[in-house]
Amino acid sequence: MLAFALKRLGLAILVTFTVSVISFSLLHLSGDPATSLAGENATAADIAAISRQYGFDRPLTVQYTDWLWKALHGDFGESYYFKLPVADLIADRLSITMTLGICAISFALLTAVPLGVAAAVRPNSVVDRTALFLSVAGQAMPSFWFGLVMIVIFSIKLRLLPASGSETWRHFIMPTVVLGYYAMPAIMRLTRAGMLEVLNADYIRTARAKGAGAGRVLFKHALRNAIVPVVSLSAVQMGFMLGGSVVVEAIFSLHGAGYLAWESIGRHDLPTVQALILIFSCFYILFTLLSDLANAWLDPRIRVG
Amino acid sequence: MACVKMRNSLLKLSAGILIAVGPLNTAFANKADDTLRTTFTKEIESVDFYFQSAREGSILSRQIWDGLVFRDPKSGEYVGNLATSWKWINDTTLEFKLREGIKFHNGEDFDADDVVYTVSFAINPDNHVTSPSYVNWIKSIEKLDQYTVRVHTDSPFPAALEFLSGLVPIYPNEYYAEVGPTGMGLKPVGTGPYKVESVEPGKHFVLKKFEGYHDGPKGQPSIGTIDIRTIPDINTQMAELLSGGVDLVWGVPADLAEQLASSSDLTVVNESTMRIGYVTMDASGRGGDNPFTNREVRQAVGHAIDRQAIVDNLMKGSSVVVHAACYPSQIGCTKEVETYDFNPAQARELLTEAGYPDGFSIDFYAYRERPIAEAIMAYLADVGIKANLNYLKYSALRDLQTKAGGGFGFLTWGSNSINDVSAITSQFFKFGGQDFARDEEVKAWLDAGDTSVDEEVRKKNYSKALQRIAEEAYWIPLFSYNSNYVFTKDVDFTPTPDEIVRFFDMSWK
Repeated sequence: MLAFALKRLGLAILVTFTVSVISFSLLHLSGDPATSLAGENATAADIAAISRQYGFDRPLTVQYTDWLWKALHGDFGESYYFKLPVADLIADRLSITMTLGICAISFALLTAVPLGVAAAVRPNSVVDRTALFLSVAGQAMPSFWFGLVMIVIFSIKLRLLPASGSETWRHFIMPTVVLGYYAMPAIMRLTRAGMLEVLNADYIRTARAKGAGAGRVLFKHALRNAIVPVVSLSAVQMGFMLGGSVVVEAIFSLHGAGYLAWESIGRHDLPTVQALILIFSCFYILFTLLSDLANAWLDPRIRVG
Repeated sequence: MACVKMRNSLLKLSAGILIAVGPLNTAFANKADDTLRTTFTKEIESVDFYFQSAREGSILSRQIWDGLVFRDPKSGEYVGNLATSWKWINDTTLEFKLREGIKFHNGEDFDADDVVYTVSFAINPDNHVTSPSYVNWIKSIEKLDQYTVRVHTDSPFPAALEFLSGLVPIYPNEYYAEVGPTGMGLKPVGTGPYKVESVEPGKHFVLKKFEGYHDGPKGQPSIGTIDIRTIPDINTQMAELLSGGVDLVWGVPADLAEQLASSSDLTVVNESTMRIGYVTMDASGRGGDNPFTNREVRQAVGHAIDRQAIVDNLMKGSSVVVHAACYPSQIGCTKEVETYDFNPAQARELLTEAGYPDGFSIDFYAYRERPIAEAIMAYLADVGIKANLNYLKYSALRDLQTKAGGGFGFLTWGSNSINDVSAITSQFFKFGGQDFARDEEVKAWLDAGDTSVDEEVRKKNYSKALQRIAEEAYWIPLFSYNSNYVFTKDVDFTPTPDEIVRFFDMSWK
């Protein structure tokens, strides 16, 4: 088990390194960072000065190793754009994204799993059809559209919730629903499919035959087995929510890490982008690891395997 | 591509719905608590003016700081602000008498040391200000006595007052020396009509009326608190406006502004801006031999595009067709240049004469307002020029042009609201990275205009340069831009063409 974990960790570090090399080169290929930093009104002389100041005139490999050396010593440098330490900047933005991500995945799981189970228990019933409708709608509706519709209803019409910002918990309600709803259909369909398969398995019939209660069969015997792929999927979804909540963050003006990453790419703010990529990949790897551990706990076969 | 288009049209549609369902019978509470809430679209780098390049940063700087002089946005006249009077000692020395009795927000007294420190800091290349060109025309600054300073320039710099009025805010020397640019960005201190209450970098800025503001040309601020949040999505800005979350939004697209104008609770004002759009062509063949090295081909492009139709249908508002390579109000800009009316038949004739009876196919570059780029391409296709669109980010396109690529495209320039031809024509026709004309004579005329303090000499030389640019059709200038300002009926506000939103000029009705 330890060897397995170490191997995985080594692989994860390699992946992170590769991602950072590729993103570094891509950012440099997509245009001169100095031009971007100088802004639209800059003269050619301004751009040349910035290029010298930040060392963009040095070979790419030198620039990369310079960054890597400092990052390994815990120094992510200063944001080219905000002229503030990247670590401070990201800490501020990441807390918003983490709050949103955790709320959204909880919302998705709390709605999707019960719906999935209900749909599987009575396939082709009204419940199943409703769940199907909800999931198709969730997948088909773009987040920005759903977000705006929510704003129209709850901010403009009913005046119940603020349209943008992140000052209070009320600001997070609509973003949570919008982001969570995007992840919900996949989780629900997977729960339903897993439950349908498991409910037809021999051991469920055995459990019923030996007189176990309906609730015990459903949750102890069936759901525990059906939920394994759902846990893996949720981990992937959570990773997606941290880096991919750009649209939701932009619409509700949340100023989270996803939006910061997106904007920083456009601004060629290399230290910020590099640090964010590193953090996002670490999170991704962490969630995958956690889901593996959770699955091993849920399913003894994985532990043995 | 199709995806982007669909997203855009969906966005428009959803914004339309926002407006259609908005009740607009809002009771705005913001007048009651004397707080004007507004939005920025862009996350600005820093509040320290010298370390940012955004319009939002310019807007903030005018509230927080003052310059030595102030340009009256209505009359265009320069009046004293931190300075009370000035005179040119010779072609390269400008002397200022400073206003006495002014205090910074932190209580520090204002005098010549502040001016000398700020300017010396900004012009020192080791400090790496974001836009050195704002200040590097200044060679040095010298204190004569506590309230007199002299600015020395390398060569005559006629736009000195224009630059000093907007691009050189004066900082408190002791405070700036202590906190530096990072500290100034987080806790700005100035002499301006508004002091800064709080800064959340990029996200949120709260300004409070400065009770001790001096009686200068900006006048006393009226509204007590200005609360600015960055909301990147224009639809969310609209939602906040409609739900009473904000009182003022600017840069609203024409179609949304038209719909909002019907509301009885909102005021929509359209004001032109100094930005102009133009088509540039590789006349000198910097990027290799191409059809545009032939003047007739360039003139054909001028006749091919119906600029008035683009203004009427896409730009709308107070946009106008421009013919010279500058914004009409800029000092040195002239209307007396050759014009190219919309005449596709003549365009085809010119192409035939140039040896392209069947037209040609060529790469075309653009970085903003894709619908306009596509309209231009459609007009070009009509006369036989098949333009293949390359839609890039601004920095990538500019980089490409510096390396002699991307010579044919639809570009724009806002002159950074500097009301002087040197901020546009001289930027593009003096053999810089984006100069595809490379005309020695044009450069010589522009140099003469840029370095003379005699307004007549300047006008004569700029006029010659602009006439040559038009005759040779190095650029086909297209139109000026405009901006829509939408605000609640409670707000009394008159926008200006320099796109600087002046909170200190606003009041409650």
